[in-house]
Amino acid sequence: MKKNLLVSFAFLFVFVSANVWAEGELTIVSWGGSYAKASIDGIFKPFEEETGIKVIVEDYNGGLAQIRAQVETGNVHWDVVDVESQDDLIACDEGLLEYLDDLELPDAPDGTPAEEDFFEDANADCSIGNIVWATVIAYNSTGFESDPPSTMHDFFDLEKYPGKRGMRNTPEVNLEFALIADGVPPEQVYETLSTDEGIDRAFSKLDSIKDSIVFWVAGAQPPQLLADKEVAMTTAYNGRIFNAINLEKQPFVIVWDGHVRDYGQWVIVAGAPNLENAKKFLQYAARSTSMAGVSNRISYGPLRHSAWELVDKHVETNIEMRPHMPTDPENSKNFLVNDPEWWAEHRDDLFERFTAWVAR
Amino acid sequence: MLARHDRNSRFRPISLALPLVAFIVITFLMPLGNMIKESFYDAEVADALPRTIRLLNDWDGVELPAEEVYRAIATEIVVLQENRTIGRIGIRVNRVVSGTRSVWGKTARRIKGIETDDMITAMVGIDERWSDLALWQGIKKAGQRYSAKNYLHAVDLTRGDDGAIVRVDEKQRVYNTLYRRTLYVATAVTLLCLVIGYPIAYAIAHTPPILSKILLLCVLVPFWTSLLARATSWLVLLQSQGVVNDLLVWFGIVPDDGRLSLIRNMTGTLIAMTQNLLPFVVLPTYAVLSSIPPTYMRAAASLGANPVQAFVRVYWPQSLPGAASGCLLVFILSIGFFITPAIVGGTDGQLISNMIDYQINRANNWGLGAAISVIVLLSVLILYVVFDRWVGVDRLKLS
Repeated sequence: MKKNLLVSFAFLFVFVSANVWAEGELTIVSWGGSYAKASIDGIFKPFEEETGIKVIVEDYNGGLAQIRAQVETGNVHWDVVDVESQDDLIACDEGLLEYLDDLELPDAPDGTPAEEDFFEDANADCSIGNIVWATVIAYNSTGFESDPPSTMHDFFDLEKYPGKRGMRNTPEVNLEFALIADGVPPEQVYETLSTDEGIDRAFSKLDSIKDSIVFWVAGAQPPQLLADKEVAMTTAYNGRIFNAINLEKQPFVIVWDGHVRDYGQWVIVAGAPNLENAKKFLQYAARSTSMAGVSNRISYGPLRHSAWELVDKHVETNIEMRPHMPTDPENSKNFLVNDPEWWAEHRDDLFERFTAWVAR
Repeated sequence: MLARHDRNSRFRPISLALPLVAFIVITFLMPLGNMIKESFYDAEVADALPRTIRLLNDWDGVELPAEEVYRAIATEIVVLQENRTIGRIGIRVNRVVSGTRSVWGKTARRIKGIETDDMITAMVGIDERWSDLALWQGIKKAGQRYSAKNYLHAVDLTRGDDGAIVRVDEKQRVYNTLYRRTLYVATAVTLLCLVIGYPIAYAIAHTPPILSKILLLCVLVPFWTSLLARATSWLVLLQSQGVVNDLLVWFGIVPDDGRLSLIRNMTGTLIAMTQNLLPFVVLPTYAVLSSIPPTYMRAAASLGANPVQAFVRVYWPQSLPGAASGCLLVFILSIGFFITPAIVGGTDGQLISNMIDYQINRANNWGLGAAISVIVLLSVLILYVVFDRWVGVDRLKLS
């Protein structure tokens, strides 16, 4: 009896170990949906082929609770996580992430060193730059045939452009939009928001359209709100609107004026079980070709100048991708880069104030 | 002998439950206890800046601290930078004095190796916020191991500079509004579930088996659908260009420019939550109703009661344990709801759970999240005790 058991365990062991990839595994956590699909096809699969490391993909919805719970219980099973820049800062401060400041990054194809090739502030102590995405204004063109909206100011102009406005139910981006619409130059937005008068100014601008605001929670909602004509204009993630226009043939238009850019980043969870593989992956993902691999599948831009040269046509639909990127020169006339450091200092207070404002 | 046998037979059932007890202690009570502890205890800053905090405890708080204090914190910052825990301190002090997080990183990068007799000037030279009284008061506050600050924060109160408890600025007051709203929503949803669920349970209990199975299925199938999918379906149905409004306009009940606002407001929240939670009233009520012998009602009628009297005096009291336990379940569950109201509730959709979610998941401020949770937990417990007095929890029947 005992012997039988032993034999079957031995079989099980052989069976299991034969199925483990020779080079081990790596768990990467991303955001699901069409974005995760672009990452899988653009980076994860080529990485598997090149290194023999098996990639296990998990989904999450952002936030820190899961990372913190894993680190604090010492039961870490995530290796690499695709995070927003604000979450990266807080998690790094709290010691929930591995430090990456001495990770060697690949040079550009023409030999330019990585540190010169990456965008400014794309990498931080615990993170490597991944994509640049934008929150933009979008409208349904069937509503505004003549003299369509073209500036951030128009979004707040209910007289000229009547109709409801979609907005995410957080202070981030909305306060910046309000000040830009009120005439504050983008480079002075955070300086202005650092004073009580500046915050009051932003809220009073938001007040001017408050009765017309429809709040959204998830990135999938704004295109839906536009398609159902529930709102005339909405703030939205540029990739979602790109998909709606080009894959679902919706008559939407993006207003790039005054958009707010943000960087998505790769991090490694502190105590990751496959630390070496995770570092290999980050070095792979930091290549210009990997970044372009994602940008040719979804309209989020690369964070290296050399990768911009490799951005070409959409893999499925053959659409020229550059005009749909936040970093395209045509779209970059008036914009703001989100300052995660500023938000890390002020977000808690502003979240409470914003929620109080919404609830009033 | 007999006594021992007696004792054994008394302990055997308990010993059978031991794994369960251990499970509850490890997976529920211990994390709960930790969470509660986190709401009033935080040793992070006190442990990281022991000398500074000791000196600050003797500081009057009126003038800037002495050179000695600057010296102490400079030494301690160098150590924190070396073991890379400076960020944890920055986050914690920033929670007390907003806008001070970057002081720490900036100072830590530049202070190492500075030899001077005038550390005050040196540090103010690195970042002028070191000459700000508020920052020092914030460090002192954050350095308290035991503190009620999270509980004060969770009810829109704070300590002024003189230590007196005052309300926070009117623009920042949010928590008390949300407790009230959450309580209102939970009560309204519970009543709606009872009013709608009781007749359904009655119908299921008193129709022929085939029909009752179909009815039961109608209650259960939505229950197995994801919350998010159901919330989104309600949007499609109830929004101003949605199915319900289209039908109303088509039938000419409302004019096209007067479409009803059924969603992204309190109405939407109540409709969607009631539908989500209905099974929790229907199922226990149905279980109890189906066990009430029909002969009782006939007996009441034969003794001269009219149908209303028979229902009020014979049927209702017997059904109460089921209906009441259903209501209790719905009430407790609806206090914890946040995704559904956030999607369908519009500006009315923010409930207290949204704040807990933010503090735990985004701000990483588990202490404040825990304090809000404890307040919610205590209010539910108080209601439970009231409920126990009124109905008697031991009479409840769940199925």
